[in-house]
Amino acid sequence: MSPVDAVIIGSGPGGATAADVLTRAGWSVVIMERGRNHLLDPDDPTRPAGDYSNDEIKFLHRHFLGPDPFLEPRTFRRKEEDGDHTHVGDVNSIPATVGGGGTHADGKVPRFREDDFAVLSSFGPQPDAAVADWPLSYGDLEPYYAEVERAIGVAGDAGANPFAAWRSGPYPMPPGAPMYVTTLSGPAAERLGYHPYQAPTAANSVPYDNRPACNNCGFCAFFGCPIHAKGDPVALLMRVMASGRAELRPETFVTKIRTEGRRATGVSFIGPDGVERSMDARHVVVAGGAVETPRLLLLSGIGNDLVGRYLMVHFQTIVAGTMPFPLHGQRGRSVTMVHDDAIVGDERSRAAAKEAGLPWLRGGLVEHGAGALPIVESQVYPWGREHVRLVADSPLRERLAAFIMQGEDLPYATNRVDLDPTVRDVRGLPVARVTYRGGRHELAASAHHGPRLEAILKEMGATWTMITTSPGVGYTGHQTQVPESRHVMGTTRMGEDPATSVVDRFGRVHGLDNVVVADSSVFVTSAGYGPTLTLVALAARAAAAMAGTELPPTRPA
Amino acid sequence: MPVFLSEHEYRTLAAACARLIPAEGGHPGAEGLGVADYVDTLLGAFSFDPPRIWAGGPTSGRHGGEAGFARFHRLTALDELAWRTRIEGSQGLAEREFNGPVVGLQQRYREGLAALGEGFCELSGEEQDACLRSHPEVTDLFYRHACEAAYGPPEYGGNRDGGGWRAIGFDGDVQPRGWTDAEVTQP
Repeated sequence: MSPVDAVIIGSGPGGATAADVLTRAGWSVVIMERGRNHLLDPDDPTRPAGDYSNDEIKFLHRHFLGPDPFLEPRTFRRKEEDGDHTHVGDVNSIPATVGGGGTHADGKVPRFREDDFAVLSSFGPQPDAAVADWPLSYGDLEPYYAEVERAIGVAGDAGANPFAAWRSGPYPMPPGAPMYVTTLSGPAAERLGYHPYQAPTAANSVPYDNRPACNNCGFCAFFGCPIHAKGDPVALLMRVMASGRAELRPETFVTKIRTEGRRATGVSFIGPDGVERSMDARHVVVAGGAVETPRLLLLSGIGNDLVGRYLMVHFQTIVAGTMPFPLHGQRGRSVTMVHDDAIVGDERSRAAAKEAGLPWLRGGLVEHGAGALPIVESQVYPWGREHVRLVADSPLRERLAAFIMQGEDLPYATNRVDLDPTVRDVRGLPVARVTYRGGRHELAASAHHGPRLEAILKEMGATWTMITTSPGVGYTGHQTQVPESRHVMGTTRMGEDPATSVVDRFGRVHGLDNVVVADSSVFVTSAGYGPTLTLVALAARAAAAMAGTELPPTRPA
Repeated sequence: MPVFLSEHEYRTLAAACARLIPAEGGHPGAEGLGVADYVDTLLGAFSFDPPRIWAGGPTSGRHGGEAGFARFHRLTALDELAWRTRIEGSQGLAEREFNGPVVGLQQRYREGLAALGEGFCELSGEEQDACLRSHPEVTDLFYRHACEAAYGPPEYGGNRDGGGWRAIGFDGDVQPRGWTDAEVTQP
């Protein structure tokens, strides 16, 4: 039997995109996914499996989308001096399931801006950080941004964000219904000089691509969509399966990429029967996410000694307040408004950088949100009569207004993924260890922007406000050292020079001719935007380069 | 008839949870919501086929559609390993101890309930509160599950008749009805 054209490791947004581009070019692919298939009806992949539901217990408290932290733990420490690890369990986990991280995301899919690809040449270096330019420009990626926005279905308003990068065309759909809280937070932010806009969202605002419009059920962030209104990566996987050139293998864990000289020959994997086997392939595409991808490269002995370095997660600043009246935050797409001002910066942020002794500060995208889920809320309250009073009054759900700033992490060599020396997964393999702490830049940016976001809440009329961060840094409130962020990036960074990078501008691992990384591992810097659309566009570009189906350049519309 | 707990354990758990989420001001409280049934169903999840770990989808039938939540998911061999270990503990079995022994929820509940004392149910409310406060780890475990029970889907054994959701003005699962755009945007 002749080998398959490509084995794709991971069925999330990156792997699904690569599979789509390759199958459209006529390639045969096998997609190996370690998690279960709760996404597509096995008999008719154009239909939902029917497993997703508005069920807080299943999705938030019982690991339905995986990974189960008992079977596949990770470990964490802040720094090397802390010893082997200080925490074992869930660390920055993205769903291990068919559809990967796309299944649980609420589908906020902003593009990066032009200078996000050229941070070093635009702003200059930072102490301790390996700030660098990407080996490609926004213009190189624009055709793929436009293509994947059409493929997954993005709802947005092209003219709404004054700071947005240029576009070759409009969004495929108009924005969906704004949440009530944003009718308060948006005008308040504008009164204070900010520029909020309706978030570009990969959830249908109208029927699109044979999938229905979102019906605003509200179980969006952290939940699979029961009606397939979220398109990423459902739309891509449905198309891939309809091509007849793809085989999807769930519950299949790749243990090793096999190589001979400059070429990968295939993979070893453990399927649902627990037996280890191997499969030959002409190409191997790695899309396990920025923690599992470097883990697999390390387990396979592939790549240089930068594999796993420069992990970035988005240092989150969370500013919450209570309004005097209900906001019904459980209705709608979890977040429907954002602003870019903290990324772009202004006189005040430049002064704050100077005061912190840093050349510049970049915050992140600010998401305007509200409270939603009653179990998570009630567990925060004390027990007894206070419980009954607080769940009815609901300051942390019905009346909660919040901003989350996804702060840009700089790349530090000391923040990294490697193999834990003692902890094993259920298959007996060393698990990924995350070593991470925010640097001076992240702490200073958070300390500057937190109070500015709090001022917007006060302008809205919030009666009580608080600022916290993830990971915690000494603000008041519920804190942990393990960052909550599911945005993981940077662990096989892209570059022209093999001495300072792991993969080239098309995601090809330096020194190997046929191994391509197609996820956010390749990010050089983290911008302050959710990584999904950019990693999907990069995966599309990388796969097009493999198949010789590159898109022509685009121009501003 | 509880599936895992003894009658006495069940009564003790119900009494403890009634102090954590009391019935007052229109809230049915832990006893009215069946919190002990939720915990007993979790501890005895493998007495059912399929095990009561993950309710099905995509709809419950409460707002249209069929009653899919009632069809619990089948588990794979790995799912079963994880949940049996979490509930039953590792019990010295090598396949459950690849990172060391695990104390299961059944043992934690059994020991926690014993720690509250044989006569917990006969104590006054204030005495029960003091007893719970002097066992914070036990109370934290009970409270975490009591909140899941009170405000999670009723198919898991708690939130009887949706009374927990009603008490807090939450509509629960709303597929396939969802919300209109006006209901999302208007006050």
